[in-house]
Order: sequence, then structure tokens, then C-alpha cells
Amino acid sequence: MADTTQTGTVTVKRGLAQMLKGGVIMDVVTPEQAVTAQEAGAVAVMALERIPADIRAMGGVARMSNLELVQSIMDAVTIPVMAKVRIGHFAEAQALQELGVDFIDESEVLTPADDKYHVNKHNFTTPFVCGARDLGEASRRVAEGAAMIRSKGEAGSGNIVEAVRHIRAIKDAIKELTVVPEEELVARARDLGAPLELVKEIAKNGKLPVVLFCAGGVSTPADAALMMQLGAEGIFVGSGIFKSNNPKAFAKAIVDATTHFDDPKVIVEASRSLGKEALAMEGIDLRKLSESEMLSPRGN
Amino acid sequence: MAIKSSKDGRVVAGVLALQGDVVEHIAALRRAGAEAIAVKNRADLDRVDGLVIPGGESTTVMKLLARFEMGEPIVRRVRAGMPLWGTCMGMIVVAHDVVEMQQPTLDLIDISVRRNAFGRQNDSAEVDLPIPALGEAPFPAIFIRAPWIERAGADVQLLAERNGHGVMVRQGNVLGTSFHPELSADARVHAYFLEMVAEAREAHVGNDRNVA
Repeated sequence: MADTTQTGTVTVKRGLAQMLKGGVIMDVVTPEQAVTAQEAGAVAVMALERIPADIRAMGGVARMSNLELVQSIMDAVTIPVMAKVRIGHFAEAQALQELGVDFIDESEVLTPADDKYHVNKHNFTTPFVCGARDLGEASRRVAEGAAMIRSKGEAGSGNIVEAVRHIRAIKDAIKELTVVPEEELVARARDLGAPLELVKEIAKNGKLPVVLFCAGGVSTPADAALMMQLGAEGIFVGSGIFKSNNPKAFAKAIVDATTHFDDPKVIVEASRSLGKEALAMEGIDLRKLSESEMLSPRGN
Repeated sequence: MAIKSSKDGRVVAGVLALQGDVVEHIAALRRAGAEAIAVKNRADLDRVDGLVIPGGESTTVMKLLARFEMGEPIVRRVRAGMPLWGTCMGMIVVAHDVVEMQQPTLDLIDISVRRNAFGRQNDSAEVDLPIPALGEAPFPAIFIRAPWIERAGADVQLLAERNGHGVMVRQGNVLGTSFHPELSADARVHAYFLEMVAEAREAHVGNDRNVA
């Protein structure tokens, strides 16, 4: 019988994101942190040299992480490993695919390599996740081949306000599309800057054709529960865990709260499990940041 | 005491909803004609005639089963006859053991599985898989960082193989697949499982929901 095996299809790329639903993906910078994340119940880890809060503090150009580090994290855990490339940097993405990471994050947290274009993600076997602030960004990224979307939020800020703004913007715009008359869809596609066929599909199904996670600002169990109730299908936690004063406890509590996001009893238990001394990461009042210090406007 | 599970007598299938592709399974079970609900706690578990453990991350779900005390009630129901189907992660969770790993399992089917056996995500694939028990047409099987069955006990029926490794097995009321029928449009595996559920209910096995 002929071998019918097909790798890198849209179905298997989007499929891995579907398997991560209801879970927490944690930023880690060492193999030891990756093991801590896995032990706490993370569904995947994001392998990084520096977490967003430190990228923000240190400044300079943030690039794809050291590949030896990424490999050592892949060797340390059995859950999927993701890694970030700069927006538009398809050569970094080729390297990560060759290395064999499970997911590539084309991320605004790193310094963009291309100020006009994103990576053509259809060319890759490895699936991509991309950030979005609104439905226009989300649908353009899907059109470019993203297999998963995460609302951007403001990475490394410890402040949930942008995450809330972005997930609401995406969910509200989708809901609106489902009720507009069909003849308006061409103009809507124009306004969204997205292909008409994709816009029609979103309008018909009332959802993106890929999984939608939330990122950028989750620091507590209640933050995770909030985002899940607003319609996120899972959570990325960047600085929130390893910038807290008790990463193990925060990691586990955020996982529990994500699982039972609609059960306040569990949120209470998860929050109390952090103990009296618990300190979430320090946050930033985003109104005090200048436009150039914000990460989320990168790559629209 | 047996509790009528559905007003119109249809079987009620549950999908364990701690983490993973839950809604895909619920939609597929409904397409195949069953009533389907998400199972998040023991009260939900008491309502169902059969349970699917979906795709997801096995390390995550084993921890959540323990933390929220759902493992034992599931084991009790299945030992009393309730049909259970594990897909990918679900099959790992119900296996006897995971080779070369210290991972805990529920030990409901006599198989040893190897995790990520076909490789990492770049090796995830769609395959036309012959499954004789489902008829002549091959099944459009979707494998994602999939496990295979490295060892199967004498009572385990091997229903499908890929590259010489078991990828679909059944032992009595427990079914396991390495792949994800819930991601394809072909409802035959869901129909096969629902038949197991209907038969079990007919035989009044596993109907004593109070044991949980």
C-alpha cells in the first residue's frame, strides 16, 4: 500500500494548538525552570534567554534565544517546547524548525526584524503562534499561516489591562461579524485587512479557525480566571511566574485557576495556596510608559 | 440504583474537561447521535454512561486528576463496566505504564505506551489508516506528537497498526487510539465507541452511578 503520510498539514499544525487548550504555557529561561513548569502542570514551555520583564529592563536588541539553551530545555521536558523569533525573521524560524521545536512564536516581545512583513508561515512544517491586538491583526496572521493566535497584552508588565482590552476587542469583533448582513462582509474584510474567504468563515462559525490564547500581563490565579471567562482558550504566562517570590506555588495555582476558571471556590483555594508571604511580580502602570516603550504595537 | 441518564433514552457520553480538545469530542459525539457533556467534576461523572479522555498533555492531566480527586472515581466506574475511550493523551492516562518514564497512570488497560513515539511536532502527520473493524475504507487518522503501543497484554485486541506499532486497541470496555478521530470529519470511531456505550447500558453494567 502506498505511504499516505503527510506532515506539516494545516490540520496537524492547528491540531497541536487544540491539544493545548485549557492549559498554561510558561516562559522559562533554564532547563530547571522548564522542569518546575512541567511539574506544576504546564502544557508547554516557551524557551527564552530572558523573560519579557528583563528584556524590558535591559533594553537593547532582543533576538532568537541561544539554540544550545533551547535544545537543553527540549531535552529536559516531555511537554511541547516553543521558542520565539523576531517578527519577519524567517531565517531564525528556519533554524528553530531545523532544531525541532514544537511551536514557533513570531513575537513582538523581540525586536522586529522586518517593519513591513511577517514570516510566510505556510512555508513551514512547524506551527506558528502570533500575537494580535484586534481581529484585523488576528486574521492577517491566520492568513499568513499562523496555527494559533494569542492576544498580545503588554508582555513583562504584570498589568492585565492590555490583555483584557485585546481579548475583548477580538471577541467583540467576531461577535459583531456574526450578525452583520452578508453584503457588508466585503467592506468588513477591507477594514480588517484580511482575505474575504477567511472573514466569511469567521462570520459563519463565530470563531477564529485557530485556537485563541491570551498573553501579556497574567500574574495571579484570578488574572488567569478572568481571561478564561472573557473567552481565552488558554493562557501564556511570561514573567508572572518566575518574577514572583514563589514560582512553584504561582505556577501550580495559575494552572488550577485556568482549569476551573468558572469555579470561584477553586480560585480561592488556588490563591490561598500561595500563602501569606506571596508576592506577585511587581507591575507597571502602563499610562506611565511612552509609546516607544510599549511592545504590543509592534507588528500590526 | 440506576438513574435514567437522558429523557429520550439516548446514551449520555462525557468528555473529561480538565484540559485538551474537549469541544471537538463533544461535537463529534453529537454528530454521531449521542448526548454529550463536559465532565469537570464528580457530579458530571455521575451523569454519563461512557467517558472519553481527549487529546491534551498527559503530565498536566494526571496532575489535575490527582489534585481534583477525579482519578479514583473514574477508575471505579470503569472497573464497574463503564466504557472509556482515551485518545492520544487519554490512552496514555489509562495505560498500564509509560515506557522509560516514571509517569503515573490510571492502569485501566493492559498496555505499555511510548510517548511522542513517532517524533516531535514536525513528525505529526495525517495517515490513511486501515482499521478492519470499521470496514474497508481506511480511516483518515491524525497523529499529533502521538504515542504508540509498545506492549499489549494477551486480552488486548489490536485494532490498527502504523509502521508495525499498535495505534488502536481495545480490552473489554476500554478503547484506546494514538490518533485523533475528533479532528477528522469521519465519525466511525465515535460511532464504534457509542456502540460500546449502548451495549454496556443495555447489559446494565456500569449503570450503578452511585458507586462513584
